Amino acid sequence: MLPPTETMRIIDFQGKVLRDIPKVSRAILLRIYRVMMTVRLVDERMLILHRQGRVGFYGACTGQEAPPVATAAALQEEDWIIPGLREGAAMLYRGYPLELYLAQVFGNGLDPMRGRQMPSHQAARAVRQFSWSSCIGTQVPHAVGVGIAMSRRGDGSIAVGFMGDGATSTADVHRGLWAAAHFRSRCILICQNNYWAISQPMRSQTRSRTLAERAYAYGIPFVRIDGNDAVAVYQGVGEAAEYVRADKGPVFLEMETYRMGAHSSADDPQLYRDNQEVASWKQRDPLVRLYTFLLDSGWWTETEDELLKQKIGQSITRSLEVLEPWPIAPIEVGYGR
Amino acid sequence: MPHWNLVEAINSALRISLNRDNRIIILGEDIAKIGGVFRATKGLLEEFGEARVMDTPLSEGGIVGIAIGMAAYGLRPVVEIQFADFIYPAFDQIVSELAKLRYRSGGQYSAPMVIRAPYGGGVKGGLYHSQSPETHFIHTPGLKVVVPSHPYQAKGLLTAAIQDEEPVIFLEPKRVYRAHREEVPEDYYTLPLGKARVSCIGENVTVVAWGAMHHEATTAIEQANERNISCELIDLQTLHPMDIQTVITSVRKTGRLVVVHEAPRTGGFAGEIISQVTESCFYHLECPPLRITGADTPFPYTGEMDYLPLAPRILAGIEAIARPS
Ligand SMILES: Cc1ncc(C[n+]2csc(CCOP(=O)(O)OP(=O)(O)O)c2C)c(N)n1
Ligand SMILES: [Mg+2]
Repeated sequence: MLPPTETMRIIDFQGKVLRDIPKVSRAILLRIYRVMMTVRLVDERMLILHRQGRVGFYGACTGQEAPPVATAAALQEEDWIIPGLREGAAMLYRGYPLELYLAQVFGNGLDPMRGRQMPSHQAARAVRQFSWSSCIGTQVPHAVGVGIAMSRRGDGSIAVGFMGDGATSTADVHRGLWAAAHFRSRCILICQNNYWAISQPMRSQTRSRTLAERAYAYGIPFVRIDGNDAVAVYQGVGEAAEYVRADKGPVFLEMETYRMGAHSSADDPQLYRDNQEVASWKQRDPLVRLYTFLLDSGWWTETEDELLKQKIGQSITRSLEVLEPWPIAPIEVGYGR
Repeated sequence: MPHWNLVEAINSALRISLNRDNRIIILGEDIAKIGGVFRATKGLLEEFGEARVMDTPLSEGGIVGIAIGMAAYGLRPVVEIQFADFIYPAFDQIVSELAKLRYRSGGQYSAPMVIRAPYGGGVKGGLYHSQSPETHFIHTPGLKVVVPSHPYQAKGLLTAAIQDEEPVIFLEPKRVYRAHREEVPEDYYTLPLGKARVSCIGENVTVVAWGAMHHEATTAIEQANERNISCELIDLQTLHPMDIQTVITSVRKTGRLVVVHEAPRTGGFAGEIISQVTESCFYHLECPPLRITGADTPFPYTGEMDYLPLAPRILAGIEAIARPS
């Protein structure tokens, strides 16, 4: 466990390796990179569609691709992810089809959730991604409960719950931390500290220096990770997962990252934050850092990168041709089976 | 057959369910070691161990929140909220999460569970140990709301609620927890949710009541009977989804309706029942339906017996509508 002010980092802002590179395979890192790129391009395209009036709402995770994607990479197939508002991308790493992911944005008859939820509220039982409401913080006790059920069932899985920095001021996050510690839930709780909760800076959530200290207060071990370093996220979650899987109790991870875009398609960040701050975080772009690292390792080339972007772009376009004209699902009354 | 009161019947329902289905876990404040402040879970810790009978610290939102995760993963939690008045810290989890999980996920996830809570006034409980919050939950699509009135019903409805695929808010009338004993089978049985019970057949006036007020209504209709007014009494049992058909059938026969609800009047469930009956039986009604309710104030301490719609007020209501002046 690192002191709360230290941050676990493996590749630096320039993509250079800082410490012993963990035993992470080329195949896994490339898969992480591909999915991060997919999400980056999906988010870009959906925001364009929103501006054109073709999509009703959208919440992007641009700049924050590493925590969901590299976390998914560090987990086992049967582990559950209980997301907050910016972790849909984890599903794509776990093999969820892009077409269904995009269908959710249109909320039509092809959407497994039948258009009942706003876009960017992805969930799929097939890849063990739990359903998020819209209510900030409420999912944290769910993650803890899933972790308790997992130990009662004794089937070796663990639960991973996500939250934002803003969420750490809600009652449910504290209820969740209490319950995780008290019942020794098999869960990792991950806070994506992206420094903003709409217009409220992270500094307004706490006077303490880090959010990891929240966990300290409940006697839960914590680690602070550079959330824009996909390798560190992969490594940190992997270590935490091993600890939790061995029934040593829950772990809290604070991932330091930054929301590069607006809070959602309904937000204007110019009203509350400085362009300079955004520019400084652009230097830490998780995708660029991983790309540089892959190039330097000789695992990836510029040509392959161009090809990848083209391929993703084309599959988004192809999916949209089918999805956009698809009719919506009929409204049903009842319990929503 | 044993003669049990309502708490003993609840205890039996929990024990027999824990025995039958190892997915069931019960959790709540002070429920394990001391068996709950009303002793509804007495003896269960000793019998099933602390992995299945869990004492929790004081955090209603946390208890319901973790129970949702447990249920989604395949356990069957039965939560006890110590008093229904303290369900509000868990209100967001119930209304925003529990009730909507299946719907919002397109049926991919659900959290079948029961939340038990002693509710209602008449026990010198003041504002915060007396409330009847059923209307809030009835007004939230995605929940079932069940209120037993007698030991036999309490056991059969609770075993059914525990096996139900939807989340159930199970409100227990604490005023009559120990007021009556009756024969209750020791064996497992269930009673159907969503079915009302005609507890007394009559001709002139239909009276609808549930929970502790069903007992008051019983007293009132017996007195009405002595005054030659024959009443049909309906115990709703499940408030949502409501068995309105049983009420409608009765009102078509009697032409007169009194609904008793021990909660604030405005926006209360009595109004909804009357509205539904009026929509379907307008031309069968001999006079305007009547509701006998609590007042539009918080629940008072010293004045609780004036606040509650007890038998004398119900009787007066029955008389007023049976013999309009
Ligand atoms: C209980 C609740 N209050 C307010 C909102 C409106 N809201 C949506 S997101 C958000 C900020 C969340 O900040 P954070 O937890 O840091 O997540 P981020 O948006 O940065 O990913 C707010 C206030 C909400 N969805 N739920
Ligand atoms: Mg934030």
